[in-house]
Amino acid sequence: MLAWTIYLSFAGALACLLTPRANPRATRAVALGTALAGLLCGLMGAVQFKPENGLEIITNVRWIPALGIDFSLAADGISVTLVLLTGIAALAGVLFSWNIEHRTNEFFAFFFALIGGVYGVFLSLDLFLLFVFYEIAIVPKYFLIAIWGSTRRDYAAMKLALYSFIGSGMVLIGMLAAYAVSGLASFDLQTLAQHSFAPEFQRWAFPLVFVGFAILAGMWPFHTWAPTGHSAAPTAASMLLAGVVMKLGAYGCLRVAMTLFPEGLKMWQHELAALAVTGIVYGALVALVQKDFKFVIGYSSVSHMGFVLLGLVTLNEIGWSGAVLQMFSHGVIAGLLFGVVGRMVYDRAHTRELDVLEGMSLARKLPFAAVTFVIAGFASMGMPGFSGFIAELQVLIGAWQAFPKLAIVAGVGIVIGVVYTLKTAAQVFFSDKPAPAESDAHDHPLEPISVPERLGAALLIVCTLIIGLHPRLLLDIIAPSFKSPLFDGLRKVAGL
Amino acid sequence: MNTADYLQLLSVLAPEVIVVCTALLILAVDLIGLQDTPRSYRMSIAAGLTTLGCAGAVGWMFMNPMVGNWHGGMLVIDPLNETVKAVILLLTVLTAMLSVDCKFTRHVGEYFALLLLATVGMMFLASTEDLLMIFASLELVSLSLYILVAFDKSSRQSAEAAMKYFLFGGMSAAFLLFGFSLLYGLSGSTNLTKIAQKLITLGADPLLSVALVMVVIGFGFKVAAVPFHLWSPDAYQGAPLPSAAFIASGSKVASFFVFAKVLLLGFSQLGWGNDETATGGWMPLISIIAALSMFLGNLAAIRQTSVRRLLAYSAIAHAGYMLIGFLALGGEAFGSLIFYVTTYALTTVGAFGVLGVVESQAGGDQLKDFAGLSRRAPVLAGCLMVFLLSLAGIPPLAGFFGKFYLFAAALTNDAQSLPFLWLVIFGIAMSCVSLYYYLQVLKQVFVVEADANARPLAVPFLVHAVVVLLAAAVILLGCAPGWLLDTIHAAIVELGW
Repeated sequence: MLAWTIYLSFAGALACLLTPRANPRATRAVALGTALAGLLCGLMGAVQFKPENGLEIITNVRWIPALGIDFSLAADGISVTLVLLTGIAALAGVLFSWNIEHRTNEFFAFFFALIGGVYGVFLSLDLFLLFVFYEIAIVPKYFLIAIWGSTRRDYAAMKLALYSFIGSGMVLIGMLAAYAVSGLASFDLQTLAQHSFAPEFQRWAFPLVFVGFAILAGMWPFHTWAPTGHSAAPTAASMLLAGVVMKLGAYGCLRVAMTLFPEGLKMWQHELAALAVTGIVYGALVALVQKDFKFVIGYSSVSHMGFVLLGLVTLNEIGWSGAVLQMFSHGVIAGLLFGVVGRMVYDRAHTRELDVLEGMSLARKLPFAAVTFVIAGFASMGMPGFSGFIAELQVLIGAWQAFPKLAIVAGVGIVIGVVYTLKTAAQVFFSDKPAPAESDAHDHPLEPISVPERLGAALLIVCTLIIGLHPRLLLDIIAPSFKSPLFDGLRKVAGL
Repeated sequence: MNTADYLQLLSVLAPEVIVVCTALLILAVDLIGLQDTPRSYRMSIAAGLTTLGCAGAVGWMFMNPMVGNWHGGMLVIDPLNETVKAVILLLTVLTAMLSVDCKFTRHVGEYFALLLLATVGMMFLASTEDLLMIFASLELVSLSLYILVAFDKSSRQSAEAAMKYFLFGGMSAAFLLFGFSLLYGLSGSTNLTKIAQKLITLGADPLLSVALVMVVIGFGFKVAAVPFHLWSPDAYQGAPLPSAAFIASGSKVASFFVFAKVLLLGFSQLGWGNDETATGGWMPLISIIAALSMFLGNLAAIRQTSVRRLLAYSAIAHAGYMLIGFLALGGEAFGSLIFYVTTYALTTVGAFGVLGVVESQAGGDQLKDFAGLSRRAPVLAGCLMVFLLSLAGIPPLAGFFGKFYLFAAALTNDAQSLPFLWLVIFGIAMSCVSLYYYLQVLKQVFVVEADANARPLAVPFLVHAVVVLLAAAVILLGCAPGWLLDTIHAAIVELGW
């Protein structure tokens, strides 16, 4: 069932491309259908999924026998969680891009090509296949930003494409070297994970692959593509970028770098944790002083993804499951925040300057946007009751066990997160500063929030609330994943 | 077999004979019967005959599969070089089809005859393991190509390009011949396998290094590797479009195959040189040339505004990638190289097909002429995206798997110490650079809007068909590389390399 998410998305991309250019309604209908079908497949797969089995093989066909490459798809709790996230983000993305009128068919074709690649990465068990899907996701991002983007879209799109490609190049080097050195003539992740690579090989191969993936996860200091990319992208694309594409990187770190080279993780654990915590604090501090609304959210994404990376390198199960939960939680919350900023505010106010927005009394004109942003902000700063709380708490507990000092610094990052979120919310929506005299033009009523936007926002809010109130729904399927043979080496190194 | 049995030789050489006869037939038909008919009609007939002839040759090869070695390696026929010959014939047919709608010449018969003669040269090149035959067939290919480049008599650029190509080519042929003569002097044989056996027993001999360097220079020119690449951007830019496409595809396939044969068979024991006798090996030499080609080709391509020159520099870079394949040694080297060069050639012909339409209707090959192509010719634009992304090495396209296999093969040679890891890292870094300039073209095609008065392009049916077929082939070979790979592997296993 889960594998259909991939096939349906690519079929949907093709179908969107074939709908007539002059008829955006038809394209939207196809897109909505595809997104719904993908989410339904993911949900049904999740319901049928039995977490106690560990890794469930879905398909396993010989693909290129000459190089030992198989077309093998498999799912464990981590995959299922992220497939669900992708389904949710895709549906919300379609709802939030309901107003795209320019080259609609191409837009949704690129959109679903990206989604298909993302589903594929989360479900691949073969390293080559995973890499293929990973790269398939790069090109659509470029076009989504370059064609439909806003400020400095050329620059941002190219920067994003090159950063992604350089990251995947590093991964490619690592995986080719692993293939050659292991001498197993196989790209199967389970087979490779069972091979113990020499420590001196792991010493350089691990950071290469980990950082290669982590570039896409927005790891400091390789995060600079993220704020520019997010802010230039059209709303749906920034929702996807922050919501799922950054998770691709984190997932690759966990699924490939850590399982293949567990000893390498042990060697570099402290350096990587320091980078992750730097990202948390730095992202939060920079978000504090941004003048552009989208840049605030962009840097907050860097900060929150720092928690994911921190959780991954803790080398204990609570940190890992916290990291996976944080991937889900941040995907939903960042989607919501970008939806508010990009679609609800920017598409109507035509500015993202915090100073200008301040004078527009948006809470009065766009009450729905204000309420949504406040809810999303609470979720983002880690209020109990929302998914962000339980995820970041787990990561912090895990980090406390591994590196207490860094955990304290990360805690400071959360506090700064509260500050910039509240500050931004107050400035944009609840400021009573009168409008500057010369900008009377802004005083006309804004177009009301449309039904698809309300639906999309409601979907995301419900998701973060459900997981916040009943986190075991996901934790119960995530935790057993770490028991599967894929993680044997990692558990051994962690002493679990 | 010492006495020449001409009848048997003819039957062995049937595919080549068929192609030569086709060339003569086209000349005769065009000269005698078609002088007064419109050019498009003559072009179609000539292209049709070319297609028939090539199809006949391929058909013959598959109906009568043969394995053998005649005249001490002068003529070798085995499944591997039959595959390469089939690829070359396919590329000839595609080039002929792209030529039909071109308007650069009135000498239709001569044009197609020369195209076929070059093809015959390439076929001989693929099926010999003898220095003399290699040189003779290389000259047949080169001379035909020089004329093909100069064929647009109304264009000064075409003449200049041909002149450059000819002068560089003549020089490199001299180097090659010098190297060959040294090899013959050292080993007393012109047969590659015998040379290899003799070279191991040779003591320290600086002449051997000279011979090696001369041979590498000669072939380096043919495959346009840095620093012997200077002719190629001008030739690509000045030549009539189908000629440029043929130089970029068919000629590449044949030259790389024979280059690999000379190095991997002739110098088989000298990869790392010989420590005892302090003789230099070819592997360090080739790895440096590969790195230089990737570096210069990719960096220079960034600065190009003409898409033809951009493709030329990207061809130089790709020559660098292909040279990496040599380092895998043995069967893996041939397997990865032939797969890469075949898919590369198909991709390039496709890109030239699109380029031809843009040139003839948008007025030039500058980047700005591609603006808004996605509106003016959506299908062509989609195909161009497939070709360029394949060249950049994005999965699931053929170019990605080609690169992947090449790198994997180079690394699995001596997997413990990974001697070529630096080169693979460099190659991957350089393909990140290449994505930049391919995206520059695609940005014009998909992102930039065309002028308000730009009309949809009228794409000739044949070009449309060729381009769409090639795009489909690039996607298929990327998703299911086994189709080509298994054939190549089976052939290599049969040869025992």
